[in-house]
Amino acid sequence: MIYPLLAIFAALLGVGVTESFIPSLASLLRTMTAALCAMGLAIAVIFLLFRLTAAGLHLPFGPPGLGINLALDGLSAFFLLPVFLSGAAGLWAARTEHLSGGPLIPVFIAGMVLSVLAADGFTLFVGFETMSTASWLLVLSYGEPTAAVKAGRLYMTMAVVGAMALLGAMAVGFGVGGDFTAWRAHPPHGAAAAGLLALLLIGAGSKAGLPPLHGWLPIAHPAAPAPVSAMMSGAMTKVALYVLIRFLFDLAGHNPPLWWGVPLLVLGAMGALLGAARANFETDIKSVLASSTIENIGIIAASLGLSLIARAAHLPSLAAMALGAALLHVLGHSIAKTLMFLVTGAVDHAAGTRRMDRLGGLVHMMPITTLCAFCGAASLAALPPMIGFASVWMVFQSLITAPRLGSFVLQMLMPVMALLLACGGALALSAMLRLVGATFLGRPRAVRTAGAHETDFATSLLFMGLAVLCLLLGLVPGVVLRLANPTLTQLVGADLTGQFGLLAITTTTSGASYTALPVAILLGAILLGAILILRRHPAVVRRGRAWDCGYAAPPMFMPFGDTSTQYGATSLTEPLGRSLGVPLFDWQMSTTIPEPGEIGPARFGVVWYDPVLRFLHAPVLRTRDWLADRAELIQRLTIRRTLGMMVLALVVLLMIVALLEQSQ
Amino acid sequence: MNSPILIALFGLIALALHVTVLAIGAPWLLGYSRCLQARLQGRRGPPTLQVFRDLTRLWRKESMLAENASSVSQIAPLVVFAASATAALLVPSFALGLSTGPASDLILIAGLFSLSRAASALAAMDVGNWFGGLGVSREFLLAFFAEPVLLLVFFTLNLVAGSTNLDHIAELLRTGVLGLRLSLGLALAAMITVALTEMGRLPIGNPSTHLEVTMLHEAETLEFSGRELAFIEAAAMLRFFTWLALLAAIFAPFGIAPAASPFDWPLGLLSFGAKMLLLATALVFFEAGVARMRIFRVPELLGIALMLSMLAVLFLFVSEGYT
Repeated sequence: MIYPLLAIFAALLGVGVTESFIPSLASLLRTMTAALCAMGLAIAVIFLLFRLTAAGLHLPFGPPGLGINLALDGLSAFFLLPVFLSGAAGLWAARTEHLSGGPLIPVFIAGMVLSVLAADGFTLFVGFETMSTASWLLVLSYGEPTAAVKAGRLYMTMAVVGAMALLGAMAVGFGVGGDFTAWRAHPPHGAAAAGLLALLLIGAGSKAGLPPLHGWLPIAHPAAPAPVSAMMSGAMTKVALYVLIRFLFDLAGHNPPLWWGVPLLVLGAMGALLGAARANFETDIKSVLASSTIENIGIIAASLGLSLIARAAHLPSLAAMALGAALLHVLGHSIAKTLMFLVTGAVDHAAGTRRMDRLGGLVHMMPITTLCAFCGAASLAALPPMIGFASVWMVFQSLITAPRLGSFVLQMLMPVMALLLACGGALALSAMLRLVGATFLGRPRAVRTAGAHETDFATSLLFMGLAVLCLLLGLVPGVVLRLANPTLTQLVGADLTGQFGLLAITTTTSGASYTALPVAILLGAILLGAILILRRHPAVVRRGRAWDCGYAAPPMFMPFGDTSTQYGATSLTEPLGRSLGVPLFDWQMSTTIPEPGEIGPARFGVVWYDPVLRFLHAPVLRTRDWLADRAELIQRLTIRRTLGMMVLALVVLLMIVALLEQSQ
Repeated sequence: MNSPILIALFGLIALALHVTVLAIGAPWLLGYSRCLQARLQGRRGPPTLQVFRDLTRLWRKESMLAENASSVSQIAPLVVFAASATAALLVPSFALGLSTGPASDLILIAGLFSLSRAASALAAMDVGNWFGGLGVSREFLLAFFAEPVLLLVFFTLNLVAGSTNLDHIAELLRTGVLGLRLSLGLALAAMITVALTEMGRLPIGNPSTHLEVTMLHEAETLEFSGRELAFIEAAAMLRFFTWLALLAAIFAPFGIAPAASPFDWPLGLLSFGAKMLLLATALVFFEAGVARMRIFRVPELLGIALMLSMLAVLFLFVSEGYT
């Protein structure tokens, strides 16, 4: 099965090159790329469904003595699902759009495919960096130049820091050379293992949006065009998680110490809280969605950490449950987030803005898009019966059975982590309600918004498809768990066979079960019954001015009333800001009300900042600028000195090689 | 008596009876609590059956919708009702082992409550009047503090009973094999606070207030009338009933009958009725003695509940070195 995937990889690169030479073919080529991604998706599903045997491939070019090694196993096939799904959906939505960075999109997807299929450190790094660079260029290519450059610089810095950490992780953990098979045979121990874990949490964690390096996501992800944002949040963060899983679960051996998963669990739970909290205060829809990505990545990471701890404590069924929950959430989040970013693209296109304080009332102009957005938001807010609830249910089930692990400190950790995740869950619900409420409901807050229109038929079909997928997979989450089973067996030595079916997911560890389909049928039956009764005995419905507790009618020149009297994105979370925003984000509200008789507008404003950006990202950026200044000295050297530098560099490199030869 | 078909049949009949109990009991209990509240305030108060009359009146009246109301205003009240009703069906009343028993997972019930809250928030934001937004913004604040408490209570229950299935928990606690526990007491206090918040009762909210700016849940429904309002009110009654039933099932599972033995049902019904009456009476007497808190003081109260629920978990760890 790896050959067709290789062909798709090559075709993706080919399409990218072709588009850059013949831009007039862009529309056709994008449709082709979407088709390629759909084919890749089908291949991955077939591979997982029929539990085909893992396949490897050695290509004789690349670094000397190593070549390029590729492998397809359960884990990589599962992570191809979000990559191809998000890719296909994004390209289909972008098929008619004019994007200056268009040719880079297939290359971006190809980079993600290569990272997932890589079976040696070099190939993995090449794939990961192709993905980084292509998405960075896409961020730069779009939107207002100054904002794009600012976002691009922040993103590039984080990507470089991440790349160096990833290289360092591989070097510390496994040394130089050798493919994954060789690495697996010699897992790191002691200090090397700890170093690997720390560097990996920076290297892959910064890309995935794991605290403390998560602050850049809500700035950089929104800067790209909507389909690319969808792929960055829906697929690229998942590739980073794949790298985490590949190293921590697979390459680092099956007998790590018990504490090995604790950092991941703690950072994940913190991310869930911080991301969801930030999503409540951002006012750009895309920034809200990117913050929600931090939250969801946090949930996945926490579940992964729990699974690692359980595996180390020899509780394979708990480990399988937690890992299964993480994988289910990976796919569910990818679908819902792709849908929401694409919907944002449609809103941006139709209403001319992504700022929630200029939107509103789009349900009248874009009914289908609104319905699909409700589905996606419900899934992201983990409401039953969407797919988001199924995975979060599993995460909580594994978390509350986790105190069986033994050690008192770990026991104490579990309720605290559950607490953080529950806070994150409540905040995610309010963030999503605020998003759809301010964007789609109420009255338009700007005249331009009132002139919005529904998206075209093919795109709304795509939205409906993704929304139905959120619902259907939520009703029968067992389908995804079945696709995850090969991975579970491979990584934790147990799978979830017998614990899921058409009707329910059951935990063997606690005997609780989530009966998605029956409860949804019950809910649907009550809803349908109510609708039918209303149909049989239709009520007299009269339309009139909104009651609004008897407030006076708006003047004629305000067709939608005074829309500033309506609660907006900022005011909806004002109580949350006062109690939660103040300690977390230094949230401050200012109101200016002019004296009676004074001519001047009343003003209401809120300022807040993410401390992570100020105290962690800012020093990194300052270091970058300092280093860049120093590096510029090189450009001013004379020819003699330049040649000297080159000789010196050669000597140093040769010495390193000699030392390495000696140590081996 | 032990054939699986018969047990399933009894489960189904008990479920039908449970639905009847809900349909009659939920409005009646609210009517009773209003009547009692009026008496305590020195008024004669409405008769307990007034709630039924109000519902039928709302059903017959025409619906007045705002000009710019979308279909969300018409469908969301139905979703609110359907989600609350589904949750109500999952919480056992007089008997354990209803046909819905295997599905009565605590986290799922909390999820259904969230769904109902989300739908009512959407309904409130649909017209774009400012009271709706006010109510929603307050819901956000309260949910952020209430949700974690509820989850920690579930954590405690899972540690004690080994499952989050409500039927299973009630069965274990009913048979008394677990004995009295300090943790359960703390969890009870925490859960009552959450229940008061979710039901919008004093001291957190005042359901009988007529002053819009002090409203919590009611602020979200100001724009509704006729049948939409009837569905929303019915859902509120169901949630009121369900929260009390939840407290009764977990913390006072005495006399609750197994669905498989119909001869115990009368006793189960009787004891369930007594428990609900007692809970509603206690609630009204408690409310008579407290004043409504400022909204920004509520997080402090819920913070205390959070501490209690955390302590409940800790005591369990310490007391038995849980492994």
